[in-house]
Amino acid sequence: MTTRTMQFRIYRYDPDKDDKPYLQDISVEVDATDRKLLDAMVKLKAKDDTIAFRRSCREGVCGSDALNINGRNGLACLTDLKDLPEPVVLRPLPGLPIIRDLIVDMTQFFKQYHSIKPYLINNDPPPETERLQTPEEREELNGVYECILCACCSTACPSFWWNPDKYVGPAGLLQAYRFIADTRDQATSERLDNLEDPYRLFRCHSIMNCVDACPKGLNPMRAIGKIKDAMVRRAV
Amino acid sequence: MKITKRTFDAVIVGAGGAGLRAALQLSESGLKTAVLTKVFPTRSHTVAAQGGVAASLGNSEEDHWHWHMYDTVKGSDWLGDQDAIEFMCRKANEVVIELEHYGMPFDRTDAGKIYQRPFGGHMSNFGEKPVRRSCAAADRTGHAMLHALYQRNVRANTQFFVEWMALDLIRDAEGEVLGVTALEMETGEIVAFQSKATIFATGGAGRIYHSSTNAFINTGDGLGMAARAGIPLEDMEFWQFHPTGVAGAGVLITEGVRGEGGILRNSSGERFMERYAPNAKDLASRDVVSRAMVTEINEGRGCGPNKDFVLLDITHLDPKVIMQRLPGIREISIQFAGTDPIKEPIPVVPTCHYQMGGIPTNYSGQVVAPRGSSMSVAVPGFYAAGECACASVHGANRLGTNSLLDLLVFGKSAGETAVEDVKKSTKAHKDLPQEAIERTLERINRLDTQRDGAGVHESRLAMQRTMQNHCGVFRFADKLKEGVSKILDVQKDVQRTVIKDKSKVFNTARIEALELENLIEVAVATMISAEARKESRGAHVRDDAPDTAERPNGRDDQNWLKHTLWFKEGNRLDYKSVKLTPLTVPTIELKKRAY
Ligand SMILES: Cc1cc2nc3c(=O)[nH]c(=O)nc-3n(C[C@H](O)[C@H](O)[C@H](O)COP(=O)(O)OP(=O)(O)OC[C@H]3O[C@@H](n4cnc5c(N)ncnc54)[C@H](O)[C@@H]3O)c2cc1C
Ligand code: SF4
Ligand code: SF4
Ligand code: FES
Repeated sequence: MTTRTMQFRIYRYDPDKDDKPYLQDISVEVDATDRKLLDAMVKLKAKDDTIAFRRSCREGVCGSDALNINGRNGLACLTDLKDLPEPVVLRPLPGLPIIRDLIVDMTQFFKQYHSIKPYLINNDPPPETERLQTPEEREELNGVYECILCACCSTACPSFWWNPDKYVGPAGLLQAYRFIADTRDQATSERLDNLEDPYRLFRCHSIMNCVDACPKGLNPMRAIGKIKDAMVRRAV
Repeated sequence: MKITKRTFDAVIVGAGGAGLRAALQLSESGLKTAVLTKVFPTRSHTVAAQGGVAASLGNSEEDHWHWHMYDTVKGSDWLGDQDAIEFMCRKANEVVIELEHYGMPFDRTDAGKIYQRPFGGHMSNFGEKPVRRSCAAADRTGHAMLHALYQRNVRANTQFFVEWMALDLIRDAEGEVLGVTALEMETGEIVAFQSKATIFATGGAGRIYHSSTNAFINTGDGLGMAARAGIPLEDMEFWQFHPTGVAGAGVLITEGVRGEGGILRNSSGERFMERYAPNAKDLASRDVVSRAMVTEINEGRGCGPNKDFVLLDITHLDPKVIMQRLPGIREISIQFAGTDPIKEPIPVVPTCHYQMGGIPTNYSGQVVAPRGSSMSVAVPGFYAAGECACASVHGANRLGTNSLLDLLVFGKSAGETAVEDVKKSTKAHKDLPQEAIERTLERINRLDTQRDGAGVHESRLAMQRTMQNHCGVFRFADKLKEGVSKILDVQKDVQRTVIKDKSKVFNTARIEALELENLIEVAVATMISAEARKESRGAHVRDDAPDTAERPNGRDDQNWLKHTLWFKEGNRLDYKSVKLTPLTVPTIELKKRAY
């Protein structure tokens, strides 16, 4: 089997022993079975077990292994090795506090997600059977419910970098729209109130970074637009 | 050494489908509950489930829980406990409707009801013809379900300890379970979680095999912890090999693809399942399809340059159906097989997928173990649900979509039982025995101080290769025997693994070493249980137990209609009888399994 050597440059920082972060140059042999960046990272870790990163599903559904790869946010497990210019520069997601190496503290990100009340609100007594929804109504949730909370989008968004405590960010807003769009949810106006604020929603300046960054092909900016439309509609 | 202690009414280990469903029961009851998880809840491997969750809602055609029960017993090759199976199938509609009420974005029929698709082994009218029983959200049912359950827990204010890894079960001399020790990944701190009820929902251990549909984190931690605390593991020889993992990558292609009309073909393009299962064809039960595929490959009818895979063909389906019902599969196929299934078939091979065995429980979610003259006595304070548990509803072979159902039904019932037990109890928390805490500290200390020894990566690979080569889809008596001695050798290496990383902060090398200590318990249990079971049943098929007139499919009900119990101490085996009596309906009588 043909193998080749790949060069990596990895952001390293262990607060337990390092005074400050540094970049580690390291290479690894990959072969034809190593399709994705994560495959190479697993081999790197076998070589140097001190390199710390998160990973789980290795198929792009759990959202664990979001990184900054050669300057762009993405999932290691969905990034093709063969297209990567070398040295492959791996950094933690930008804008969040760093715990160690490639592992960031996602507290702020999840706080914003939780702030939009990410659950169905329907105060009618539940019926004996399912609540009905037409296929067309259900269709509205496509492109929205599939979010894996990887944070590639929010950590590529300049508005989120500057105000992570006040701006909900693309991921949170996409989920806000997920419930606004759900015909079974009764809290639309409460949800809109919750976002009608100079920061929470209106920091979005339609820069589109979020759309480029999403590894699942979702479009938070469009969802943000739809929330804004809903606000305009209710104002008239 | 003293460590910090935190006290709760209940501790749940695991925040996948089973853990989150149990957590709702506890949070809504007002008990002080901690949910520990190695990863943020929505990153648990339930997220990867694709095809659906079974319930006889009958939204598209007539269905009945009794038919579902029949299929499950038959699917289990009669090793499943019929009381638990009846319990699960009867509860299915209730828990699936509940999930819809929580906000699960199921696909819909034109009438606005939950969309249902056919799935392997699910039939109408006691085995007559395939029925639409799998309730689905496109091919992302697990994702939709896990997020809906997490969201409902946000609403219920459940207290999560995210990126905390439970290390050992705390059990006292009387055998009562009093909590767990756990490691906070971010700080490296070890804490004792004291509780009146401890619920394990730690998921599967598919990473004991080299080629697996499971996530990196599926390392059988709950099983390792239980085994070290003297609890036996049940039916560990039964592992499901899913027919359609992407060749080379292991990533799953759901059976829902065949439910929507996908066909398996060999190198000459033949729909070979017509020969092996004339009635159900491509939708026969998983063990049957996997063995047919391996037979095709072994007999030279595989595809590709090495003739080592078969093809899953959906090119005849309307691209609109693929985009609407199977969008995730198309994405996986493009990403991991490099083919667009609208245009070209997908290369697939049987891949380790699901562990039918686990920590023995009853249908109320209590962990049960032999005590005195009884084989199944509840272990006080200990509950388990989901893939780590063995109720046993899946017996020797699980039907697709029955696992997500298992999570909902038994997550809920384990939660309910724990709530009842805690509310009933008037005793204060018992003191924690120091020995249990020492066991954890010793394991951590060994890793901190071990200077030379075996590599974690290398030992894990040796384990995975041994399991793959000696205990796969088809099993051979001599290979199993050899496998036992090989896996025990690997176990010795695992006891002397060495890591370079000694940091306190998010030490993933240490986590992987600790996970390997759990994986190896599961691997040893599997190999030893498999070597001992001298018959073929469900997913366990041996060369020395072939299909004969006297023993159809090589199944030996006279000697082997019983559950295996493996004990870590001395690798001892024991057996207990299968519960053949359901709760209200007559026994589903033993019969040859054919599709
Ligand atoms: C690719 C794939 C597709 C599938 N598709 C289907 C399907 O369509 N239908 C179906 O019915 N079944 C399906 N299955 C099977 C089913 O998805 C699993 O059996 C089920 O999701 C397992 O759920 P669980 O809650 O038991 O465990 P998991 O979802 O695996 O969760 C385990 C939890 O335990 C935690 N944990 C583990 N160890 C520790 C520890 N030491 N300390 C703290 N926390 C810990 C983890 O962090 C995680 O939160 C599929 C399986 C796979 C792999
Ligand atoms: S479009 Fe809005 S949310 Fe997206 S990156 Fe730009 S500012 Fe952020
Ligand atoms: S919208 Fe896309 S990038 Fe953002 S969190 Fe969700 S999946 Fe990740
Ligand atoms: S490892 Fe799960 S998304 Fe990459």
